[in-house]
Amino acid sequence: MRLAILDSGHSFGTKVLFALIRTALRQPVLDVIKLVKYRADFYGDPMGQVTQEAMRGSSAWSIGDRELMAAFVAKTNQCEFCTKAHTAVAQSAYGDGKSVSALLSDLDTGAIEEPLRATLLMLGKLTREHTVNADDMRAVFAAGASRQQIEDALAVCFSFNVIGRLADTFGFSVPGPEAFEAGAKYLLARGYR
Amino acid sequence: MSDIRQAREALTSRILEGDGKASPSERRAAFNNNGLAGAPGALGDKIAKHAYRVTDQDITAARTSGLSEDQVFEIVVCAAIGQASRQYVTALAALDAAAAAGKE
Repeated sequence: MRLAILDSGHSFGTKVLFALIRTALRQPVLDVIKLVKYRADFYGDPMGQVTQEAMRGSSAWSIGDRELMAAFVAKTNQCEFCTKAHTAVAQSAYGDGKSVSALLSDLDTGAIEEPLRATLLMLGKLTREHTVNADDMRAVFAAGASRQQIEDALAVCFSFNVIGRLADTFGFSVPGPEAFEAGAKYLLARGYR
Repeated sequence: MSDIRQAREALTSRILEGDGKASPSERRAAFNNNGLAGAPGALGDKIAKHAYRVTDQDITAARTSGLSEDQVFEIVVCAAIGQASRQYVTALAALDAAAAAGKE
């Protein structure tokens, strides 16, 4: 990571926690964990409240759908760490029924419902161009998404437009697939708080 | 239905108005991507527009300008949350406009 404090500036108690994680999972501690545990009152704790609500709060979107949105926003931002991390979570949440990587590569012909496809396209424009207009929203309504579903999707988009920027700016290292698998299990079992 | 509005307000209030190593005015300038001069300003603008292009040199330049690592940490967090907030608020306004037009 580009700031030494994020690698080694944690409190003694947090360093002990990291040692336990390394031992229990037999994987390195992901840089995103190091970030949220550094001066957690400034960023990690309040951001965790937002992301937990967006990703695990009650919603007409499934957890798999919201993790797919997270991966899609990350891919649009060209954030390798977050794309791989949330592709793994979405795949695990969906099970073997659909290939998340294939969906991310070809949204137009992939096997997903129209409200989700239209929502992803809108989130992609918002993330890429930083703006959307009423016509973009009407297209999502026309595809069958409700107002609440759109609001819920915008919450996911907010969280991952923050997290992806931090991952790329702080220079998160991108580990192998086993570490992301372990991370996916944790996020599905425990959430984001 | 999930509702992040309250949690997002608490987050924004914490990073901009709570204790920090960077001054409140620096944190707010980073959040707004407006008014932060020199290397820290260039870094904040890059985070807002295309964070994947940030390099080691961008961070080094911000440090060399006189910021501590903790100050860079805070400026980066504020810049990222600021840009995501502008996107979010813009999209909610577009959603309101589309919903209002649908009721006419």
